[in-house]
Amino acid sequence: MEKNTVLSLRGLVKQFDNVTILDGIDLDIRQGEVAVIIGPSGCGKSTLLRCINALEPVQGGEILLEGEPVAAGGKNLPRIRQKIGMVFQSYDLFPHLTVMDNITLSPRKVQKRSREDAEQEARELLARVGLSDKEKSYPRELSGGQKQRVAIVRMLIMHPEILLFDEVTAALDPEMVREVLDVMLDLAAQGRTMLIVTHEMNFARAVADRVIFMDEGRIVEEGAPDDLFDHPKTERAGAFLNMFTFESVRA
Amino acid sequence: MQALGLDVLFKGKNFLRLLGGLGVALKISLISVALSIPLGILLGILMTRKNRVLRAILRLYLETLRIMPQMVLLFLVFFGTTRALGWDLDGETASVIVFTLWGTAEMSDLVRGALISIPKHQFESAEALGLTKAQMHLYIILPQAVRRLVPLSINLITRMIKTTSLVLMIGVVEVIKVAQQIIEANRMVSPNGAFGMYLTVFLLYFISCFPISLLAGKLEKSFRE
Repeated sequence: MEKNTVLSLRGLVKQFDNVTILDGIDLDIRQGEVAVIIGPSGCGKSTLLRCINALEPVQGGEILLEGEPVAAGGKNLPRIRQKIGMVFQSYDLFPHLTVMDNITLSPRKVQKRSREDAEQEARELLARVGLSDKEKSYPRELSGGQKQRVAIVRMLIMHPEILLFDEVTAALDPEMVREVLDVMLDLAAQGRTMLIVTHEMNFARAVADRVIFMDEGRIVEEGAPDDLFDHPKTERAGAFLNMFTFESVRA
Repeated sequence: MQALGLDVLFKGKNFLRLLGGLGVALKISLISVALSIPLGILLGILMTRKNRVLRAILRLYLETLRIMPQMVLLFLVFFGTTRALGWDLDGETASVIVFTLWGTAEMSDLVRGALISIPKHQFESAEALGLTKAQMHLYIILPQAVRRLVPLSINLITRMIKTTSLVLMIGVVEVIKVAQQIIEANRMVSPNGAFGMYLTVFLLYFISCFPISLLAGKLEKSFRE
């Protein structure tokens, strides 16, 4: 393992009722790297992210975060999870709490930070994503894009070592996708370590240091975005990427 | 007044005695409610655990307590334990035990229902933020479950208050028993006393339970906003 590796997966195997979802995944994510996972529905990319955060138990292989094993049911799990930020497709803000309380709950209760300290940082982060005026709102008063930006802030305030994004724009109306992707581009520019699952190919190309193509539970191909998008080496990656381009119907 | 048999009410200390009886009924039900709610929350959380053995035991407990008429339970605890275990329980203690056992069972099912109605993602995003299981329940799951629970559990509380009318069967002198005693004592002078006294008992139960129902409606409305 290289010294600046944040996340390391070794031979990860995940099965649901004897159906193999992840079939031996090896992956290293370096400090500051933005890796984007693409692939057809059901290829296991979302499951991979969920396994990294131990939301799904794995049947084989290991997950190391800064050299420490991440395992479902482990005693240190809540502590290790603080280092792994995750944003979900369905935002999953806590509906009974205001935006401010959604964001400050975990720093206050998990990291035992003072309310003043947590709220001050929350305000800075909210300003950064353009939601300064929403701190007293409840999630139901926000649009999808606003909710997702709050969810990102809620993750960032924990100062995670790696950020996982699981199709975070898939549930959004098209006009709200951009505002969320802009926040993610900003995070990438700050040098954050990110692992992103997305169907937004243009975004993947713009944000990624490395693109990983998965199919049927395996990593089929990986490489720099320009190489993989323009000159895929494998037939499967080529066929998948082809689905996102349209030939003109007029000759 | 004579025709309705309400005159009996104002003879001597009759009305105060009735209120005393109501006090006994309310004392039994409120102690039982105070015990049933935390115990029910605990069992309800346990019922959502994956452990099959634990779930089966709790299910059996719930179904047994629910199927058995409360009166049978009262007899079982009051008379049964005396014979079988040699316990000398007084009627009120036996009643509190029975109503707590029953209330806990009903409450646990309400809690379980409220918990499983909370989307899986709420648990996952709480976990992903590094909250421990206890913190997740305390700050995320229970507050949401409580909002769904309040109207249902208030309904349970009024049911428990009403069902305490059975405890007279094991010799507890609660409001209905007092009413019966007053009716018996005045059978000759006020033959219509039965109507007046039971009407009063009805009103006393109504006055006890109606504000609770109103509160439930209010809370439900305020949570929705």
